[in-house]
Amino acid sequence: MEVLKKEPHIHNKTAALVLENGEILWGYGLGEKKAAVGELCFNTSQTGYQEALSDPSYTKQIITFTFPHIGIVGTNQEDQESKKIYADGCVVNQPLSEYSNWRAENDLNSYFLKNKIPCIFGIDTRYLTKKLSAEGAKKAAIIHFGEDENKIEKIKTQINEWKGLQNLDLAGIVSTEQNYNWKKGIWKSHKSIKSQFKYNVTCLDFGIKNNILRNLNEFNLNPTVLNLFSSYEEIIETNPSGIFLSNGPGDPYATGSKIVDVIKKLIDDNIPIFGICLGHQILGLALNAKTKKMFQGHRGSNHPVKNLETGIVEITSQNHGFEVDRDSFGIDIIETHVSLFDGTNEGLRHKHLPVFSVQYHPEASPGPHDSHYLFEEFYKLIEQNAKKN
Amino acid sequence: MPKRTDINKILIVGAGPIVIGQACEFDYSGAQACKSLKDEGYKIVLINSNPATIMTDPELADQTYIEPITKEFVEKIIEIEKPDALLPTMGGQTALNVSMELFNNRILEKHGVKMIGANPTAIELAEDRQKFKDAMNEIGLSCPKSYVVNTIEESKRVKNELNLPLVIRPSFTLGGTGGGVAYDDEGFIDLCNRGLNASPTNQILIEKSVSGWKEFEMEVVRDNKDNCIIVCSIENVDPMGVHTGDSITVAPSLTLTDKEYQILRNASIKVLRKIGVDTGGSNVQFAINPEDGEINVIEMNPRVSRSSALASKATGFPIAKIAAKLAVGYTLDELENDITTTTPASFEPTIDYVVTKIPRFTFEKFVGANSDLTTSMKSVGEAMSIGRSFNESIQKGFNSLEYGLTGFDNPKLRSNDKNTILSELKIQSSQRLLVVGEALRIGLSVDEINKITKYDKWFLYQIKRIIDFEEILKDKGLKKEIILYAKKIGYSDSKISSILNIKENELREFRNNSDINPVFRLVDTCAGEFSSKTPYLYSTYDWDFENTKFCEANPTSKDKVIILGGGPNRIGQGIEFDYCCVHAVYALKEKGIETIMINCNPETVSTDYDTADRLYFEPLSAESVIEIYNKEKSNGNVLGVLVQFGGQTPLKIAKEIEEAGIKVIGTSTEAIDLAEDRDRFSEILMKLKIAQPKNAFANTVSQTLEKAKEIGYPVLVRPSYVLGGRAMQIAYDKDNLESFSNEALEVSSNNVILIDEYLENAKEIDVDIIRDKNGEIFVAGIMEHIEEAGIHSGDSACSLPPYSVSKETQNKIIEWVSKIANEINVIGLMNTQLAIKDKKIYVLEVNPRASRTVPFVAKSKGIPIAKIAAKVMVGENLNSILNDYKINELKNFNVKESVFPFNKFDGVDLILGPEMKSTGEVMGIDETFLSSYIKSQIACGNILPSKGTVFISIDNDNKKFIIEIAQKLKELDFNLLATKGTAEYLNSNNIKTKIVNKVKEGNPHVVDSLINNEIQLVINTTKTQSSIRDSYSIRRTSLMYNIPYYTTIAGAKVAVDAIEHMKTQEFTIKSLQTIN
Repeated sequence: MEVLKKEPHIHNKTAALVLENGEILWGYGLGEKKAAVGELCFNTSQTGYQEALSDPSYTKQIITFTFPHIGIVGTNQEDQESKKIYADGCVVNQPLSEYSNWRAENDLNSYFLKNKIPCIFGIDTRYLTKKLSAEGAKKAAIIHFGEDENKIEKIKTQINEWKGLQNLDLAGIVSTEQNYNWKKGIWKSHKSIKSQFKYNVTCLDFGIKNNILRNLNEFNLNPTVLNLFSSYEEIIETNPSGIFLSNGPGDPYATGSKIVDVIKKLIDDNIPIFGICLGHQILGLALNAKTKKMFQGHRGSNHPVKNLETGIVEITSQNHGFEVDRDSFGIDIIETHVSLFDGTNEGLRHKHLPVFSVQYHPEASPGPHDSHYLFEEFYKLIEQNAKKN
Repeated sequence: MPKRTDINKILIVGAGPIVIGQACEFDYSGAQACKSLKDEGYKIVLINSNPATIMTDPELADQTYIEPITKEFVEKIIEIEKPDALLPTMGGQTALNVSMELFNNRILEKHGVKMIGANPTAIELAEDRQKFKDAMNEIGLSCPKSYVVNTIEESKRVKNELNLPLVIRPSFTLGGTGGGVAYDDEGFIDLCNRGLNASPTNQILIEKSVSGWKEFEMEVVRDNKDNCIIVCSIENVDPMGVHTGDSITVAPSLTLTDKEYQILRNASIKVLRKIGVDTGGSNVQFAINPEDGEINVIEMNPRVSRSSALASKATGFPIAKIAAKLAVGYTLDELENDITTTTPASFEPTIDYVVTKIPRFTFEKFVGANSDLTTSMKSVGEAMSIGRSFNESIQKGFNSLEYGLTGFDNPKLRSNDKNTILSELKIQSSQRLLVVGEALRIGLSVDEINKITKYDKWFLYQIKRIIDFEEILKDKGLKKEIILYAKKIGYSDSKISSILNIKENELREFRNNSDINPVFRLVDTCAGEFSSKTPYLYSTYDWDFENTKFCEANPTSKDKVIILGGGPNRIGQGIEFDYCCVHAVYALKEKGIETIMINCNPETVSTDYDTADRLYFEPLSAESVIEIYNKEKSNGNVLGVLVQFGGQTPLKIAKEIEEAGIKVIGTSTEAIDLAEDRDRFSEILMKLKIAQPKNAFANTVSQTLEKAKEIGYPVLVRPSYVLGGRAMQIAYDKDNLESFSNEALEVSSNNVILIDEYLENAKEIDVDIIRDKNGEIFVAGIMEHIEEAGIHSGDSACSLPPYSVSKETQNKIIEWVSKIANEINVIGLMNTQLAIKDKKIYVLEVNPRASRTVPFVAKSKGIPIAKIAAKVMVGENLNSILNDYKINELKNFNVKESVFPFNKFDGVDLILGPEMKSTGEVMGIDETFLSSYIKSQIACGNILPSKGTVFISIDNDNKKFIIEIAQKLKELDFNLLATKGTAEYLNSNNIKTKIVNKVKEGNPHVVDSLINNEIQLVINTTKTQSSIRDSYSIRRTSLMYNIPYYTTIAGAKVAVDAIEHMKTQEFTIKSLQTIN
């Protein structure tokens, strides 16, 4: 392993994190020797770095892990949330050491290399986090120096030229090109996945996580994943008993403006719809609500969300930088969930139609499983609807 | 849901004395519960027998009862107070057990008292091992296969089915007492017998061993709406097989993937639901097979615990406080996160540092104790440390232990050849991680070590990183980058300087010149996501030369005082000192001075983030104090440091910090030294014409023998500068002395042995006074010991006021003590120990600082003497402070009794001596001395018999003193049984006594009689080494079978008087608030 030379990291910084205001934090490089520009955010989860890195919602973002030791348990196939790392890079405090876990297959640095992303460690991530939480998300770049160490000025220009996540339709880029069907239950599930599922669910892929599909399977739903730009007809052709709007990266308005018409038609058809994260925002847009960029997004596995209909608090996994503005809700929309951290909207449902969505990640991975019940509710909604018809 | 309005008055049950497995964490949780429920407007009634607690301060409850925590006493208090509810979850196993007794005997029902915080069914389900296992199986969780048995025969059957090694766990005992892992047949039978005896229900669980599996704990909080949160996950570095209280642990758990972690999370919540813990905190323990991830549930505690205290300190989330509020009906989303004050309590803390807890052992105090770690807890305290990496954290942890470790030091081994190390690695000892370090030093691989020890490889890699750096440091020497790197991975200054062979202050100077200083970071529950309002800080070197040096300490511009805490609990250094520190904080706060606490003991009230204005969770080393001082003085004015409240820990570094230019407030370090320096102290006493026992010092064994001859036997020998009478012994002859002096020389830091004339059968007196800068003196308390001088004062029972010392003698004592205080210019507290023999008074020892007796005196008199002392130390006049207090004549007797951990240490003798052995204390308060004494005995579980047989065995010198005692026993209708010598002596004095064999004389002997329940009380004094050996099994058996025993004439006399007294007297039960 390259990072584990006997000589500890004392001299010769080999990488830099450059912030949009020109500030440079020096550290040591990991992964591919190259530079990457993205939005710098932080994630406060203590576990699940591999799941976060492979979450497509992190496209065009650089993740600062607040927990200092990352890489302890290595990496493995089962913990992938998609086919590759979608984050642009990550910022870590402590050097990586050998991993240790009975499921581990490889070390984290090899995983970075395989996915060709640059990362940096030896950074005071607490300083960075306090800065981001006080000043809001920032554009930034990681440079892992190769032969050319004089890239910094060039990178500063690149950061300035990049306009950030606002107005960026990233879901369009990460969405699957080929439609596919999914059959694999959640990890260590005691349930055997039945070959005969009761209902078809068509998932519009904005950057879907595998664990969403695993959870749909777990509740006897048969998911088919479609490119987000699929036409109304293409969607109906899959004979859906329910529609699922996935999580994903980027500005919901940029993506949503291209597809809300299709979603509106599906809503009018009275097909049950469930949305998560970007899916929640797009459903909001389709219901004529508005979305906006948050000052400081929610990224972590400890976020309390209150279910306003039951009064119960769920500890949730979150990863979003945009929110649905509850002030823009029409009279037919009910706010179902709210963040106990900052009071922002975390869920909605339509008063009369079978559509609902949440801003957070009930599929977890990483994070607590408190909100798995939403998949069951989706199932029930589909079932009720099927009986009615 | 808002708080309950159907209850108004709540009875909170405390945990009683400090014992192994139940330390001051329950003062921390109990104090939090009292405060928070009082804030909610409830009337609080409290019972606790331990006077050295903050929770028993009269301000914390409306009615505070210092009474034995037994069913009978609690019922009487219920009758007096008529509470609506009882909160059983704050006082450890003690409170849980007594509450269940009250419930099962329908006493709660009779008086209409509701149990809140946990319901009896849930407690029963969690505590009964078989029911618990069944419940786990019902929710699809596995437990190690096991059977509950009640007899040895059943045990053998189980052994044949499950196969060794097997774990034996007695039901309903504390800290795994009486349990262990059996690897062979003999050990198995032995453990089963012991376990059956130790269990109050004579029930043990025999369980398939999962030794070597990974061990995890989850701290869960649940409210009445079924909201559940995990406050903290804790991973044991020591794998299964070592009691979690004896294991080195880290938080958060480090070696689990998210998928595995979430399974534990789900399972622990499921466990709470199944067991039916409706509200409050619980912890659930898991074992995980490192090969395939198989999970077993080990146990759960339906109450706050030692680990919940640790979790609270590790995350900043006050579990006990929140649990108390949930118990009265609040839900998590209605409560606020105290640290951020902007977010609710219903979230899961997330942290961006690594916390390490390392247990503190005191095997050196218990000769003959087996120091291997098992499933029965043996540690007496713990230190917690925080760092930005595991490396930094664990090395700070070693530094905090007060063993003199500077980091990953060399273990104590016979030799460091490979074979020794390989065999040492197999033993689960308290120094095993240091052995791992040594193994890495000699080149063993991580894989090899993992195979033997089962320590997770990740921890081993990190330790290797620390060890490997030793060579680099040696090689590269004093260079900026090298030193910063060393600091980053937790090397202390003393470690670095010893490796580089330079003086510690040279290194400090180099660091200061190179701007290599720590930064301070906040413990904020949220990994920096939100701004936090509470200055709870730790140090780290997580910065480097090229980048911004980010520090969150932000000292205020106020006048401030730094208070040094007591560090980890150990024998001789217990909760009393934390009590004193907390009071010093309160006093200075009242004066408007900002208080800064430094301590590393997570069990304490002093490390509660809302005790001091600012809290630094750091080792109590000169290095960390100096760094904190420098940071704090960068803004505002640091008036100085208080070192006199935290016991020996801060005193040890007082000189060093003073040399670094830091002002020590109150009595000077010079005066403290003077009292420790025998020669200079003797000179002062001579000058003041005050008598002391003849004394001398020596540097060699032969010199010792010579000096002892001059003084005359018996003599008391001890090394200078040690805590709690370590290696202190009484030698009756030359042979004795020779072996003792060798031992004393070994532990003495400066090769000096002190030799004192031993005053046999003298009365011992303790005096606590406060003196101010003008020379005003307040005598806070004069205490008479029940055991004779020569028994360590921390181990003796004592009475305040004295029960047999004349007013005249007391006045003389006050005169002498005042003279000494004036002479050495004490400002603050001073404790003096004196002896009275043949009406002559001798001064034994002076400690110009807070002593162990301060809380007891404060509770007895109803005056906060530690607080008064702290105010005096920052310059206030004693008289003006005392004006605020009513100082009444005492209407009661107050008796303090000590509590010992002998039942935790197999093979250890129970004889008391000049070396302290007790872990805690209880207090009895009543109108007569004997009533108070009896209460103190009940409170420490010593139930005196009212009839039956008394076994007596007395050494020759003391035989004359037993007559009176034996006669009284006869008058009280007891049968007497004695070994031949004593029996003949008694019979010749017309006291009819039956003879029983000594053990060496063959069956049936006295130990058989003890086991057969034929003896109800044991009086056994010994003097010669051979008689001590002969009678060892008598004392040990008495202990194991809970038969009260007395090893001194003085103790026996009072006990027998007490038995007589019990026949006619009733107890009076009054709260502190009505007494004073």
